Amino acid sequence: MSARKPSSHFLFLWAWPIVLGVLTAVGLVAALFSDDGWGDVLAGICLAIPTATGIWYGWLRRSPRTLPKAD
Amino acid sequence: MAFFDLNFMQNTTIKAWAWVHKWSSLVCTVFMLLLCLTGLPLIFHHEIGHLLGTEIEAPPMPADTPRVSLDEVLSVARAQYPDRVVQFASPGEDDDNLWFVTMTPTPEPTTDFRSVVVDARTGELLAQPRFDEGFMWIMFKLHVDLFAGLAGKLFLGFMGLLMLVAIVSGTVLYAPFMRKLSFGTVRRERQTHVKWLDLHNLLGIVTLVWLLVVGATGVINTWADLVIKYWQHDQLTSILQPYQGQPTVPQAQRASVQQSLDVAHQAAPNTKLYFIAFPGTSFSSPHHHTFFLKGNEPLTSKLMWPVLVDAKTAQLTAAPQMPWYVKTLLLSQPLHFGDYGGRPMQIIWALLDIASIIVLGSGLYLWLRKRKTAPKAMTQTNNGVNA
Repeated sequence: MSARKPSSHFLFLWAWPIVLGVLTAVGLVAALFSDDGWGDVLAGICLAIPTATGIWYGWLRRSPRTLPKAD
Repeated sequence: MAFFDLNFMQNTTIKAWAWVHKWSSLVCTVFMLLLCLTGLPLIFHHEIGHLLGTEIEAPPMPADTPRVSLDEVLSVARAQYPDRVVQFASPGEDDDNLWFVTMTPTPEPTTDFRSVVVDARTGELLAQPRFDEGFMWIMFKLHVDLFAGLAGKLFLGFMGLLMLVAIVSGTVLYAPFMRKLSFGTVRRERQTHVKWLDLHNLLGIVTLVWLLVVGATGVINTWADLVIKYWQHDQLTSILQPYQGQPTVPQAQRASVQQSLDVAHQAAPNTKLYFIAFPGTSFSSPHHHTFFLKGNEPLTSKLMWPVLVDAKTAQLTAAPQMPWYVKTLLLSQPLHFGDYGGRPMQIIWALLDIASIIVLGSGLYLWLRKRKTAPKAMTQTNNGVNA
């Protein structure tokens, strides 16, 4: 890990959290601007992705990949 | 950026953040667990109402059925409770063929209220539901103010602020804990507490923005009473200047409420009535019927415009624009309730709420376990980070 450049290590840590955070924010705001329309659909999709991510990594995924990364 | 990189993050800095995270969480966790648990049924309060049969429905009639005067509706309500006054009246949220009339002993804010539901077309008394009892009422009160009024609200608001501190500090600590683990790693094959630490980090980071928004808007909601009070002081004082020294307009001297409603609608076209606050109540003045109108576009339907109509003369007094701080309060409500994006959003709200319960519970478990086994155990689980 120490061989990585700081910027790639930053992305290694934060790429997923940032993507999920942005999706959540877009989802929360989108539905404010719509009534049963495209905004609600967009919001549903944007908010479902972080939720599904939590369920997938937390409970559904069972594979050797869960072993700690060898460094 | 470098701040979030362990190479640049000193051990003492991590320790300081860990201290902040530990104490801000410990103080608020029990209350946040309570809020998450009581909030869960509240997400579905409409559906639960339908299931329990407590939701009131107007009998079907042709859409063009003429409506009775609002004054008639109010007199039906008053006849049920001659010793009470009308505090608020509102059309049904989903069905404006219903009028909901709230009756209280005095115009002062109180939890002692009775509701009368009247058919807007026939003036027929449909129901007298008790919203102040039963399972959902207990959930609601525990969630909003712990049955302790404004003090309870402000207390929960302060606990909410601590949770926001816990979320921010937890996010900072995510970096040192996860620096060698790829996203989503849950080390099931290790000891129980390692697995729960990973789940805590995973669910914490997944719910991060949602919980920040729901937490912050919840905190803002606890200030609603104060914001409304300030708005009245800030915006209504000059409007009410000519009425100074006059008592609350007595019932016998009040003009027709139907006529006043028509005046309000003329003053603000393309709006829908949200509710009417009667003279002397917390959302009105002693001298006015105040009509709160909503826009009929997606965003404006979450905002309100107050129209003050003189209670004696039914003349328009003012229709002031809501200032930014009331708009902020109004927009923070849907963001907290999750009731603005249909059924999928409600389900996501519930799932993220459950995820937050797991984050809180696992955090508590990890702290209890660390206390029992400290300091040896945590040093091996943290990939060399001494938290």
